[in-house]
Amino acid sequence: MSDADKRDILVEVRDLRKWFPVQQGFLHRLFGEKALHVRAVDGVSFEIERGEVFGLAGESGSGKSTTGRVVLGLSRPTTGKVIFDGQDLAKLSSTELRKLRRRMQVIFQDPMASLNPRMSLGKGIGYGLEIHAPEMDADARRDAVVEILERVGLSPANFFYNKFPHQISGGQRQRAVIARALVTKPDLVLADEPIAMADVSVRALLLDLMNELKRELNLTYLFITHDLATAKYICDRIAIMYLGKIMEIGPLREVYQYPLHPYTQALLAAVPVPDPHARRAEPMPEGEIPNPINPPSGCVFHPRCPIAQPNCAVEVPPLRELRPGHRVACHYAERFLP
Amino acid sequence: MTTTEQQKEVLVQVRDLSVTYHTRLGTLSAVSEVSFDIYKGEILGLVGESGCGKSTMGKALMRLLAPPAEISGGQIIFDGEDIMGYDDRQMRDFRGRRVSMIFQDPMTSLNPVQRVDEHFTEAIEVHEPRTPLREALDRARTLVETLGIRTNRLRDYPHQLSGGMRQRVMTGLGLVLNADLIVADEATTSLDVIVEAKLVDEFKRLRDAYNLTILLISHNIALVAQIADRAAVMYAGQMAEIADTTELFDNALHPYTVGLLRSVPSIELDEREELYKMGGEPPNLTRPPRGCRFHPRCPRAMPICSQLRPTLLPVDPEGNHLVHCWLYEKHPDNWEEMV
Repeated sequence: MSDADKRDILVEVRDLRKWFPVQQGFLHRLFGEKALHVRAVDGVSFEIERGEVFGLAGESGSGKSTTGRVVLGLSRPTTGKVIFDGQDLAKLSSTELRKLRRRMQVIFQDPMASLNPRMSLGKGIGYGLEIHAPEMDADARRDAVVEILERVGLSPANFFYNKFPHQISGGQRQRAVIARALVTKPDLVLADEPIAMADVSVRALLLDLMNELKRELNLTYLFITHDLATAKYICDRIAIMYLGKIMEIGPLREVYQYPLHPYTQALLAAVPVPDPHARRAEPMPEGEIPNPINPPSGCVFHPRCPIAQPNCAVEVPPLRELRPGHRVACHYAERFLP
Repeated sequence: MTTTEQQKEVLVQVRDLSVTYHTRLGTLSAVSEVSFDIYKGEILGLVGESGCGKSTMGKALMRLLAPPAEISGGQIIFDGEDIMGYDDRQMRDFRGRRVSMIFQDPMTSLNPVQRVDEHFTEAIEVHEPRTPLREALDRARTLVETLGIRTNRLRDYPHQLSGGMRQRVMTGLGLVLNADLIVADEATTSLDVIVEAKLVDEFKRLRDAYNLTILLISHNIALVAQIADRAAVMYAGQMAEIADTTELFDNALHPYTVGLLRSVPSIELDEREELYKMGGEPPNLTRPPRGCRFHPRCPRAMPICSQLRPTLLPVDPEGNHLVHCWLYEKHPDNWEEMV
């Protein structure tokens, strides 16, 4: 791990698993049938460097949001470790964990659902400080809220301070959600589909704002998205997830230019391009994501894979580094090397 | 491509259509004097941001709007007949047989306690009551097969199907009565990209095989670029621009279209790195801006734009590219007096 020492790692995730038990009937339990689990996250490892934007991308049900929640300690892993700034989250008491929460915040997809409709923006945003910085007096808190409101472009801040979520537009609400996440001056921000609900003409501004805030406030983002086109404008590195596993991971431009996993290739080809001259011709893989209760053996992608060989159904492919910083979990990825 | 053919047969003519919603906060003008044609056999993409009136427009085409919404003016001429004059019985016959709709969310549009085949036979029974059940089942079977669902899934309930399969069933239900026009309102939006891409291919194939006419309503501009023959752009209840898809993307004229296209994220790596940032946000339609509704956000707005509304006019000799903007229209000499 000499390499890892040189890099400034903020978050380290080691072989993370999160299995959710499936509710079964009384008779099943009585006769001692094997408990079933949804393997939402099934052996995921990665590192996030301080100051980078790390993307987790995949289709719905790939486990990207669950991974994000476990990384933030919002849900306990079944097995595996999350190390945040040198501290193993599993070893912390709940008080210690709560203290750490100030340093990791989250931005969710739906701004209307993540702002309290009965609190003015000022109060709602300041609420995080009441909890995480109880030593602050009311005046200092107000100053901090006003400052962050201005920062996210809700200006004049004194005007927005007393507004309620329903009185402002969708784009402004998303800015308020960003302000609330940043008011405690976190190190890590989990952004779970932060702009998926915003319209195109507003999206660019929000992406820009997130990039700008990252630079100014020294933030690190864990950016979760299903939209590979949007990821291109913000992520430094990206991991492609499928059925609870990482299929491919590497610097974003590298992965987009030389996708080494057949799944990544299909995913990239499926994204519609806003250019009628570049209409896609290649066929799409058969079927849909299989059931995560009973995932396929070997490589989880093999039933849909166009280049699958007999051993793909048996051997689980490990993540192998085939180009600098670019790792892929496919037995036959070499053939796609440029 | 249908639209480049010599003869374009018009299936639907929408003329000066306006839709208003009567809300507690006042009358909301969701669609304002919109005119356009839909040609037989084409895929027309209708794009715009949320609240621009595109879904309202789709519903208006089937006269599916219920209070507080109301078609407050204009005409919808379908295959030569003005459907605004239809009574309830005629409308019932019209919906389903002439126009059918594929909705966004198959989980809320399919009946959870009905098997897949019952959805099909019910639709046939209602609209063609004299069809024997056996024949209806046969039609359902052929249709789901062409859509790539195995016929043994016909006895399944909607919850037993995957999301992509459900949306295929919805598509099948839209096709089963051989309607002339299919309105697909964000039909692929809830799907994952790979499943969406496959369904989009399916739309194209079905259009070619059955000469369908599809109005594809979507917020996804890239999707429209991939599939539509022509594209129409709406903004704040007004039709901003209509053209052949390639023409629209190569040579957008309306400042809104120009901005919109430049702000669409693209996965192509050689593309520009920065997205265009459009200032402002769409207006509140209970008090829409005067004149062109885009003028408060328009980088090229002129004094006339905030006073008088432009006309949707062709800018090319063939009349294929229409723009609703004063930049491309002769200003009336005495416009200041007209205000």
